[in-house]
Amino acid sequence: MSITYLEAIREAQARALADDPRVFIYGQDVGTFGGAFKATKNLMKEYPGRVLDATLSEDAIVGLAVGAAIEGMRPIVEMQFADFSTVGLNQIVNQAATLFWRTQVPCPIVVRLPSGGTSGSGPFHSQSLESVYAYWPGLVVLTPATVEDAYSMLLEAIALDDPVIFCEHKLLYYHLKADRLPTEALPVGKARIARQGRDLTIVAYSAMVHEALAAAEELAPEGSQIEVVDLRSIRPLDTDTVVASVARTGRLLCVGEAWPWGGVTAEVIARVASEGFGLFDAPPQRLNAKDTPIPFHPHLWAAHRPTARSVAAAARKLLRQ
Amino acid sequence: MVPNVASQTADSRPPPLREPFTKAFRWMLLARTLDDKLASLYRAGKIHGGVFLGRGHEALAASVGLALRPGDVYAPLIRDLAGRLAFGEPVLDVVRTFMGSALGPMRGRDGNVHRGRPRESLLPMISHLGAMISVVNGVLFARRMKNLSGFVGTTTIGDGGTSTGAFHEALNQAAVEKLPLVLIVANNLYAYSTPTARQFACRDLADKAIGYGVASHAADATDLAACQEVVGRAVGRARDGHGPQMVVARLLRLCGHGEHDDASYVDPRLRQSPEGRDCLKLAEQSLLDHGWAEARQVESWREEAVQEVEAVVAQVQREPTPDPFAEDWRALSSRHLAGVYPEY
Repeated sequence: MSITYLEAIREAQARALADDPRVFIYGQDVGTFGGAFKATKNLMKEYPGRVLDATLSEDAIVGLAVGAAIEGMRPIVEMQFADFSTVGLNQIVNQAATLFWRTQVPCPIVVRLPSGGTSGSGPFHSQSLESVYAYWPGLVVLTPATVEDAYSMLLEAIALDDPVIFCEHKLLYYHLKADRLPTEALPVGKARIARQGRDLTIVAYSAMVHEALAAAEELAPEGSQIEVVDLRSIRPLDTDTVVASVARTGRLLCVGEAWPWGGVTAEVIARVASEGFGLFDAPPQRLNAKDTPIPFHPHLWAAHRPTARSVAAAARKLLRQ
Repeated sequence: MVPNVASQTADSRPPPLREPFTKAFRWMLLARTLDDKLASLYRAGKIHGGVFLGRGHEALAASVGLALRPGDVYAPLIRDLAGRLAFGEPVLDVVRTFMGSALGPMRGRDGNVHRGRPRESLLPMISHLGAMISVVNGVLFARRMKNLSGFVGTTTIGDGGTSTGAFHEALNQAAVEKLPLVLIVANNLYAYSTPTARQFACRDLADKAIGYGVASHAADATDLAACQEVVGRAVGRARDGHGPQMVVARLLRLCGHGEHDDASYVDPRLRQSPEGRDCLKLAEQSLLDHGWAEARQVESWREEAVQEVEAVVAQVQREPTPDPFAEDWRALSSRHLAGVYPEY
């Protein structure tokens, strides 16, 4: 038996619905249809009255979730695509993110963002917005890269008292598989060493972890041992694990699928430079998507995002410095 | 079918009742007295940040606060002081928040009209207009999931706020979910400095309700008896399961947007129009005309209000202000995660 990343997300929601009567799911087409990607397939049938189709109103969807959270519920909001969450941005960053700090009343909502590029999806169905949400204090931002993390981190997100932006990568939905669901997991807030190495650290998250691992594989025959750190959680950011890795390797390459201006890769480098500048044997580097909207055509799209090949090229260059 | 009861005339309304009218008047009087004190504290430099008053809105707001019961949800907007007090917000919460007392409900983290007690179903507004409507929807939605009934949720929006996407999304959502929402539209003729002619092109804001399948009710917000009757009817219908209700009340704001604003943009003809009348003065005259109170009685109520406000202000002025060195600078309630994130 095997389970996909997408099925893990569905199973985590099913388990949360079964275990906690406060949990409900609210989003566009999540009911009978089971969601645009089928992440809520059959859940409405299994949990009647707790999986509800929403109007096409991202602002009001999140606002309703905040109100329900104030009333003691644990809503899970599915945005049909991460891109559309910008319509609900106001409620997420001004309402959900400030509520606890202003009133001491927590706001336990999870907003699921089907994130990242897939070939042919174009500028408005491909965005990675984790850096945007990580900017606001009061939010937790998670970026699972594995089937196990998709399951365990979503369950932990639902259990957390704070608003969580759960960035699940659409490219991983179907092709990433595991033998079984995990029974134990690293907690939210801890990064994971996805591959050990001594020559260079690649920090990545979400789908880019797999590009980084493939790049490491490509570089191995050349005699380079690459360490890959999977951040798992963008906010909080586990700087300690990254600094410890750079202390071993002396070289840092940060890879993100989001745009280059600011963001996660810049934040990681800023923190490591601040805390461990003396650990660097070469200037830290970062690799992001190109600084344009995300193109539709597969030829353009494949060149727009970092890939195993471009990660390997950037790593080679850094290893020579 | 969407009932539009806007056409109901003043003649067909039941006469006001002494007890609720008098009660509302006293909340209006307390609110006005408190507003006047806040304005003078602002001018004296005792209040940091903005001061936003509810002058002219008292009849409408007090009617809302009194129509709600314990267990109902209320998300007041900036000019709803009378409604807040009638709903049960202590004067102490008001003054502490304006003066930044560390002991207030917002502890200096938020100020002036941005205050509330969510656990007591008094929701603290954010500045983004229209944003509270769907939050009230969410509380109502959750209560229905918990099989509770008999409650309503109310929030206020201005004429400007009806132009927001959030207003549209949330009112439509309330209608689709048939929630017991009462949306009070206080059309005070100006959104900050922008007159309604630059805000909407429909004949009447009540027409917007029709588009959403929401019942609408019109009220003259300078007339306390009319407000009590109309708001009471709207709240009653929502409570009885007739879905969301929208009240559109007309008035003129009798102050600037905030105390920093002299409202020089207001058309002087409007000040002389029926909308420009002061609801508090009209209600006082009505009390006297009905023989429900004598001038001396009103004077003693006013004196009582002044004394209550003065006592609270004197207390709050002696209270500690927030201490940046003792402040917990963590925005997450999950303490174990807040600790993971080093602050620079």
